[in-house]
Amino acid sequence: MTALFEVLRGAIASEEPVALATVVEGPGVGGKLLVRPDQEPMGSLGDPDLDRVVARDALGELAAGTTGVRHYGTQGQANEHDVAVFVESFAPPPQLLVFGAVDFTGALARVGKVLGYRVTVCDAREVFATKARFPFADEVVVDWPHRLLERVGDQLGPRDAVCVLTHDPKFDVPAVIAALRTDVGYLGAMGSRRTTDDRNRRLREEGVTDDQLARVMGPIGLDLGARTPEETAVSIMAEVIATRTGRQAPSLRDAAGPIH
Amino acid sequence: MREILGDLDRWRKAGKQVAVARVVDVEGSGPRLPGAAMAVNEDGEVAGSVSGGCVEGAVVTEALQIIESGDRRIVTFGYSDDEAFAVGLTCGGTIHLFIEPLDW
Repeated sequence: MTALFEVLRGAIASEEPVALATVVEGPGVGGKLLVRPDQEPMGSLGDPDLDRVVARDALGELAAGTTGVRHYGTQGQANEHDVAVFVESFAPPPQLLVFGAVDFTGALARVGKVLGYRVTVCDAREVFATKARFPFADEVVVDWPHRLLERVGDQLGPRDAVCVLTHDPKFDVPAVIAALRTDVGYLGAMGSRRTTDDRNRRLREEGVTDDQLARVMGPIGLDLGARTPEETAVSIMAEVIATRTGRQAPSLRDAAGPIH
Repeated sequence: MREILGDLDRWRKAGKQVAVARVVDVEGSGPRLPGAAMAVNEDGEVAGSVSGGCVEGAVVTEALQIIESGDRRIVTFGYSDDEAFAVGLTCGGTIHLFIEPLDW
């Protein structure tokens, strides 16, 4: 029989969602149940009813991307504290889609990788959109960004980010409109204030509403005074984090309240 | 645990005894979230981390004991007060680690 560890490692390596439940206190400490959507759980926590309840709860934790301890009775009863089960979710990495194979793209792909994103670079110009230019990207796609979004847009969710860096309205406008149709958590578009105003005007002409425009972070990034591609990448990814956590991103020194 | 899977796999294939410590719960301010993990092999080699460097030394000692005994247990580290050499978290939080042998 394949060891649980091997199955866990394989699932994580192939970016399949998987959760590992471990009894950390109570009878059968160390018992494990490995849970994946649409598959039979593997292993056992020591009781079939407990296994059934934890498998159900672990799928919930996995869908939410959360990790933590839950308590049960020895046969999975709620509101009892005989058994503590640690459920660790291994959700697939969040996605970062970068549109435009420009100077800033390589640095953004690199910083995205540091933060654990699966990075896709997409540009319709095959001369620029090459794996050799973006070695840090997981995937380089030669296509119009809005066409890529028509294929993969329904996979995007609150943890994911789309950054439009082309600052050419021919590519940007359809890309932003297509991204607005997705549930992506962060949508940013690069460009000076003038480029941004011009793009917003074109987007409105295409029927984009003010509420929809409010989702677009443009000019992209936090106000760090970034100049180089690397600094700009940090400013963009810092804004992605702040958007996800709902923070205004002042310096910690000048804010109050808990750090985490 | 994701970050240390490569090391775990290598040590497992080399037939090393390994203990894995995972953060299962954090109270108050803690540097790492539940799921942060470190592993220690029988030679004392370390992969990963469970805090900002505050308790890793003590975890190595615990992990080597667990490799010897085969036990699995929760180990708790809290605030270290003013005792300069006591093991604890300087940030004031408490972390609960589950440490067990990699025998699964």
